[in-house]
Amino acid sequence: MSTAPYNFAKAAAKALADGERRTILAKAIAEIHVLRRKSVDAMPDFEARRARAVAVREKTLTRLPDLLETLEAQVTAAGGIVHFAEDAASAASLITQLLTARKARLVVKSKSMVSEEIGLNDVLAAAGIEAVETDLGEYIVQLAGEKPSHILAPALHVSKEQVSELFDRKFARKSTDIPEMTRIARDSLRRKFLAADAGITGVNIAVAATGTVIVLENEGNIRLTGSCPPIHIALMSLEKVVETLDDAAAVLDILPPSATGQTLPVHLSLFTGARRDGERDGPKEMHLVILDNGRSQLMADPILRQILRCIRCGACLNVCPVYQSVGGHAYGTVYPGPMGSILSSVLTGAVGDVRQPFACTHCAACAAACPVGIDHPALLQELRRRLSAQGTDAATVAFASLARHPLLFASAAAVARTADPKLTHVAGLSPGSPVGRFLRTRAFPGFSRPFSRRFRALARRLSRHGGRS
Amino acid sequence: MEAFLFIPCLVEHVLPQVGEATVVVLEKAGVVPVLPTGQTCCGQFAYKRGCPDLVRPLARRFIEIFEDAPAVVCPSGSCTAMVRRYPELFPQEDPWRERAAAVAAKTFELGQFLVDVLNCVDVGARFPLRATLHASCQTTRVLGVGGQTELLLSHVDGLTLVPLSRPERCCGFGGAFSVDYPEVSQAILEDKVNDVLQSGAKAVITAEPSCLLNIGSALAKRNLPIRPLHLAEVLAGGDK
Repeated sequence: MSTAPYNFAKAAAKALADGERRTILAKAIAEIHVLRRKSVDAMPDFEARRARAVAVREKTLTRLPDLLETLEAQVTAAGGIVHFAEDAASAASLITQLLTARKARLVVKSKSMVSEEIGLNDVLAAAGIEAVETDLGEYIVQLAGEKPSHILAPALHVSKEQVSELFDRKFARKSTDIPEMTRIARDSLRRKFLAADAGITGVNIAVAATGTVIVLENEGNIRLTGSCPPIHIALMSLEKVVETLDDAAAVLDILPPSATGQTLPVHLSLFTGARRDGERDGPKEMHLVILDNGRSQLMADPILRQILRCIRCGACLNVCPVYQSVGGHAYGTVYPGPMGSILSSVLTGAVGDVRQPFACTHCAACAAACPVGIDHPALLQELRRRLSAQGTDAATVAFASLARHPLLFASAAAVARTADPKLTHVAGLSPGSPVGRFLRTRAFPGFSRPFSRRFRALARRLSRHGGRS
Repeated sequence: MEAFLFIPCLVEHVLPQVGEATVVVLEKAGVVPVLPTGQTCCGQFAYKRGCPDLVRPLARRFIEIFEDAPAVVCPSGSCTAMVRRYPELFPQEDPWRERAAAVAAKTFELGQFLVDVLNCVDVGARFPLRATLHASCQTTRVLGVGGQTELLLSHVDGLTLVPLSRPERCCGFGGAFSVDYPEVSQAILEDKVNDVLQSGAKAVITAEPSCLLNIGSALAKRNLPIRPLHLAEVLAGGDK
């Protein structure tokens, strides 16, 4: 196994070389992008909604310990059991032990990025527990032996035709008709729901005041996962808590429009505790696992802590030109795109390219789209600053010192203008150099006689003609 | 009124025609352009490399050069945005912070200066052409003056603006990004060029020299008969 550090540039180049993958991504992202735009544009009060959501998320960050304490008390009062996990490994082993102790063999899961973050499926498999993903996209990804490429749409990178081939291989049923393909998946999944010993869901919002876990979905699989099996385990990262149901409503006002362009998703489930005495359905046991994994340390960071406002709508991914081009897998991390480039840098044990914050054009489309006002470019800039404090490339240092001396600066440009005005020699001699790579699909217009040497004559001519050219 | 010209290094050495057009436009608007000597680079490249320590000496140079200006005008959204960030490079108690703030407050991107300072939306330009606008990220989202660009172009006689399907999308340059991640940069650029092609425009206009260089270089490499034009070049066009 290679121990070389992960290289995003290489992974991205590889992803871009896959023409089919690129076409699928471009089509899917264009669709989701339009859905969000239409929805947000149709909302006259989007800015007011954003302001309310920012206030709610900031309240969470300001009062996090207090809100988590209340959440724990309220979940417990509702008959649930709360577990805090320091890091990914302890969260995964905690859940595994919990299931092993109850002799669970089959677990149904609904889509949860935190479960990806803690690598839960692998740990469960090692303990002999079968975990079945029940979100259609996540199920496709699981059947294909892949990882999600988008935090919201895990199988965004897969085409209908590819899913059809996959289902044919796995279930010996062939169709490219979407309702029929959905039926194929449902036939397989329905049996799992009924036989499952436990269900594991994610959490979109946890309400401290009521001990309620809120989950959004369009397929109905989350409601089944959380209510059908005898045990419900809800898994959240600690910043998902808000204080009140009204606060949750402020987040709900803005999450579905930013995510999928919906006013509300098809299903909105509010789980509060376990089955009560006299009730006929619902899980007999309800567990809430709250993951830290480096987040509480981030609370002391006045700049980067803003990333904990994130509500995982995916809008920043969908508008990011880099993400749009290369897709989620190239990042080599659980969370890709702008939010992922920041979050992965601070989570404990997250892999990926440490220089990921540099893989950004600073176009700021992410910040413009973010419904909770995260200034991704500013946060990425801060990460760049911290990385550069450990060492900066020689070219940047050289250019900066040249720029302190106007005569040297001008002479360097003059040398370039004379020796290799269009940089064709440099590019020809070493096509792998930065200049060579830059000019692969570009024709440099060339260094010119400087503007400052043209200015005086131009100004004189203009003033003679009364300011007209 | 006089205005000091802040000429980005890219314009000084590679795109001097943008500087020349800026002079013409300012003259048309009744402004006397002054070119202070000693300009090099605003430090944007080092800033985006995450090196504020390397930017600070360049910021101090800039402040000294432009401190006496009644106004500073720049034909670049990104370089203007960099100067507007100068104050945050210096700690609260550092006297340079206040000096930086004073210079930042009077530094404007060309379109922003014409519309917001001079209240001039029509410079009497004529440019009979079917063109499209690439709304540069730094001009629109970072500096927030995309509306001024559009307003000025809407008053250009003979200019027909056709829309891009995604005018707001990045062109893929991103400074050092384009050499650190050449394949990704080229993929984003290719999307932009294809969008320009599909618009049927004969020219692509932008208020940002780095986008102009990036898009223009790709058009040239592919021998496409589409002109890359800076906002200043269009506004400098002819007389009504």
